[in-house]
Amino acid sequence: MKHATPLIDQLETGPWPSFVSDMKHQAEKRAKNEENIEFQIPQDVVEDLLGILELSFNDGTTHWKHGGIVGVFGYGGGVIGRYCDQPGNFPGVAHFHTMRVAQPGGKFYTSKYLKEICDLWDLRGSGITNMHGSTGDIIFLGTTTPQLEEIFFELTHNMNQDLGGSGSNLRTPADCIGQARCEYACYDTQALCYDLTQEYQDELHRPAFPYKFKFKFDGCPNGCVASIARADMSFIGTWKDDIKVDQEAVAAYVGGEFAPNAGAHSGRDWGAFDIQKEVVALCPSECIKYEDGKLAINNRECVRCMHCINVMPRALRIGDERGLSILAGAKAPILDGAQMGSLVVPFVKAEEPYDEIKEIVEGIWDWWMEEGKNRERLGELMKRQGLQKLLEVLNIKPDARHVQEPRSNPYIFWKEDEVEGGWERDIDEYRKHHQR
Amino acid sequence: MAFISSGYDPKEPMKNRVTDIGPRKYDEFYPPVIAKNKGKWLYHEILEPGILVHVAESGDEVYTIRCGGARLMSTSLIREICEIAEKHCDGYLRFTTRNNIEFMVDDKGKVDALKKDLSARKFAGGSYKFPIGGTGAGITNIVHTQGWIHCHTPATDASGTVKATMDEVFSDFQNMRLPAPLRISMACCLNMCGAVHCSDIAILGYHRKPPMLDHEWLDKLCEIPLAIAACPTGAIKPAKIEVKGQEVKSVAVKNERCMFCGNCYTMCPSMPLSDKEGDGIVLMAGGKVSNRISMPKFSKVVVGFLPNNTPRWPEMTDAIKKMVEAYAADARKYERLGEWAERIGWERFFEKCELEFTHHLIDDFRDPAYYTWRQSSQFKF
Repeated sequence: MKHATPLIDQLETGPWPSFVSDMKHQAEKRAKNEENIEFQIPQDVVEDLLGILELSFNDGTTHWKHGGIVGVFGYGGGVIGRYCDQPGNFPGVAHFHTMRVAQPGGKFYTSKYLKEICDLWDLRGSGITNMHGSTGDIIFLGTTTPQLEEIFFELTHNMNQDLGGSGSNLRTPADCIGQARCEYACYDTQALCYDLTQEYQDELHRPAFPYKFKFKFDGCPNGCVASIARADMSFIGTWKDDIKVDQEAVAAYVGGEFAPNAGAHSGRDWGAFDIQKEVVALCPSECIKYEDGKLAINNRECVRCMHCINVMPRALRIGDERGLSILAGAKAPILDGAQMGSLVVPFVKAEEPYDEIKEIVEGIWDWWMEEGKNRERLGELMKRQGLQKLLEVLNIKPDARHVQEPRSNPYIFWKEDEVEGGWERDIDEYRKHHQR
Repeated sequence: MAFISSGYDPKEPMKNRVTDIGPRKYDEFYPPVIAKNKGKWLYHEILEPGILVHVAESGDEVYTIRCGGARLMSTSLIREICEIAEKHCDGYLRFTTRNNIEFMVDDKGKVDALKKDLSARKFAGGSYKFPIGGTGAGITNIVHTQGWIHCHTPATDASGTVKATMDEVFSDFQNMRLPAPLRISMACCLNMCGAVHCSDIAILGYHRKPPMLDHEWLDKLCEIPLAIAACPTGAIKPAKIEVKGQEVKSVAVKNERCMFCGNCYTMCPSMPLSDKEGDGIVLMAGGKVSNRISMPKFSKVVVGFLPNNTPRWPEMTDAIKKMVEAYAADARKYERLGEWAERIGWERFFEKCELEFTHHLIDDFRDPAYYTWRQSSQFKF
C-alpha cells in the first residue's frame, strides 16, 4: 500500500463487514490489474482514498473541498463536484466527483445489470460505490471531469440508465418493497414511484426549484422508507373499509400455533401470547374486542396504526378499499429544525394514470415556486404561510383530520370576504353614535 | 492510460444525445416468483434471525436471506454478490432501504446451502462479508451518510462510527431479544443527509466552533449577501477588514449567536468550521417513523457531545450500549425506545441509561423550545 493506515486498519477487526478491508482488497486488485483494464482514472485512486481517510482519522477534519461546478451537458444535477485539499500528497483523488445513478424501484437487481455497472465503473471511475446513497441512488464515488460525459454516454446509450437528482431539483424518488413482496402494501409503490419519476424527468434533471424536493412512497403506515420524516411529499398507503379477520387464524395465535408478530420476538421468552394484553390493550383507539373466542374490530374508530395486523399477519389483513394519504413538508433540521410531514390529503386512490395525485403535486410546486424563498424547503414555507394556505391553493376543504388539535390561540387571520359587510367603514358615521 | 471514448463527441454534445430516460423499470429485475405473486402475498414469517418466508395466495413461497453490508462498497464486493446470486438465486437480488442485501430463493431446500455459503465468506481482516440478520425485534443495519470519505462538511466520519457501533451491537443484529425493532441512524452533520431525526438512536456529527474567516479570499470566492442570508440566527453581518494593508469586503460573525449548523460554509467556502477538538458526536434517542401504536416521533438529544476518538469512538459506543441494555431490560414487549422513555419519564431514562443530563439538553431554539419544558408539577423524584 502507498500509505500506512494504522488507525483505519483497526476497523478491519470485529464481526461487522469492514469497509476498510473491502477497499484495501479493491486497491490491491487495481494494482495487480489481472484483467488488463485500461483504467481511465489513476490506478492508485483507492490507495490515495485510504490515505486521505487515514489523515482525517488522525487530524479529525475532512479533506474534501467544496463542490465546484461540474456536470453533464443539459443537466443541472446528478453530479457532485469533489476535490481534495491535499492533491500533492494524494494525487489519485485530486479530482474525485460523485455521480448519482437512479436506482430501480424496490432496489431489485439482476447480476447481469450490476456487472455492467461494475465494468463501467472499474474502467472510468474508482470502483468504489455506495449501495446506496441516503436518498436511494446508486452512488459512483470518485471520477475525474473528463469521464463524466463518457460515463453518462455509456449509461444512457448502452445501459438504458439515467442519472439521479442533486441540487435544487426533484431528487430521485424512492419506494419501499411494496406489493412486490409485502402483504401490507396498500398500493403499488413501485408503479407510482416509477410513473412520477418518468413524468417529472425535467424537474429531476434541471434545477428550477427553490431547494431540494423529495418524494418517498411507503406502502403502509409502518413506513419502511421513512417518508413521513424525510420527504417533502410523503405517500403512505392506507385503506378505508374494514380490516379482514380470519377467526380461525386468530384462534391459532391465541392457541400458540402461530408465533405473534411473524416470529419477530423469538429471541426471548416473553411467555404465552396474550391477545388481551398484546393486541386489545395496545390498540391506540381502543377499537378492538376479544370476547368468546372472537375478535371484533370497530373499524369506524380504527386509525390504521398496523399494530394488530403486524402482530397477527395470518389472521388480519388490510382492507380492500385502498389508496394513500399524502403528507407534506418533512425535512431534516437545516435550517429551522426538523419537520415531520403534515397531512394534506387524507385519502386518494392510487390508480393509473394517477391524475389526481399529479394535480396535487403540481399544485404544491406552483405554490412553492411562486412563494418559496431561495433554499426554503416546502415545510418551511408551510410554516411561514400556514397549512390553511396550502389547503387553499390545492382547493382542499379543511377538516379536523388535518390537525392534531385545533389552535389554542384565537388569533385568526380573518379574510375580508369572510366578514359580513367587509372592512371598509365610515368613521364619520361611527362618530355619530360614539363621541370622541 | 490511453483515453477510451465512449462514442461521445465533445464537439457535438447534442449529437445522438439520450436524456431524461429515468431509472431502469423495476419489473425488469423481479425474480420470477416475485413477478408472479406481486400484490398477492398472504403473510410472512421470520423463521430465524435474518431469514424470512413470504407465502402467496398461489401457495408459492419466497425465502429471503438478509445480510448486513457496509453501504460503502467496492465493485469487487458487488461482483461477489452477483456471483452468489448467480449460484443460488438465478442471478436476482435486492438491497433494502437500510443498506442490507437480500438474496431470495423460491424453495426451502435452497436456503441451507445459501446460508452456509454466506456465513463462510470473510474479509482478509476477519470480518464477515455477509452477516445474516437484521430482522424483527433486533438491531438492523445503520443508515448513514458519507463522512470523511467524501463530504466537505462532516463533523465526524460515517463509515467508521457505523462500523464501531455495529461491532458493538452485533449480537443484536443476529438476535431478536429486544422489545421491538431498534433503528440506529447516522448523519455526519446537521444537514442530516441520512435524516436521523426520527430514529430510536441517532448518531450525529456536530461542530462546536464558529466558522473561521478567510478574509483575503472571502469576497473573491463567495457572494457575501448569500453567506449573510444563509445564517438562521442572523449571526453574520457584512464587514470591512484590513488585510495586508488593504481594505477588503468580508463578513463578521457574532460568535455567541452561532449554533454551528455550517449553513454559511455550504454557501461560502471561505468560512470553514471543522476542527479536531471542536467536532464530535451528539447522540439522540427516542424517535420513530412508524405509525404503529403511537405516532411518529422526533429523536431527542440525550448526549450533548462526545469526542471524535478515532478509530472506534469508545465513548460513543459505550453510551449506545448503555441505552440498548437499559431499554432491553426495562421496556415492555412491542414498546419502542421512545415509547418506553415517555412511559417511564425522561428523568428515569437518564437514570436507567446512566447518562448525565446537562443544560445542553434543554431546548432554547425558538418557539418549540417552550413546549418541551415541564409545565406541570408531575415529575418523578
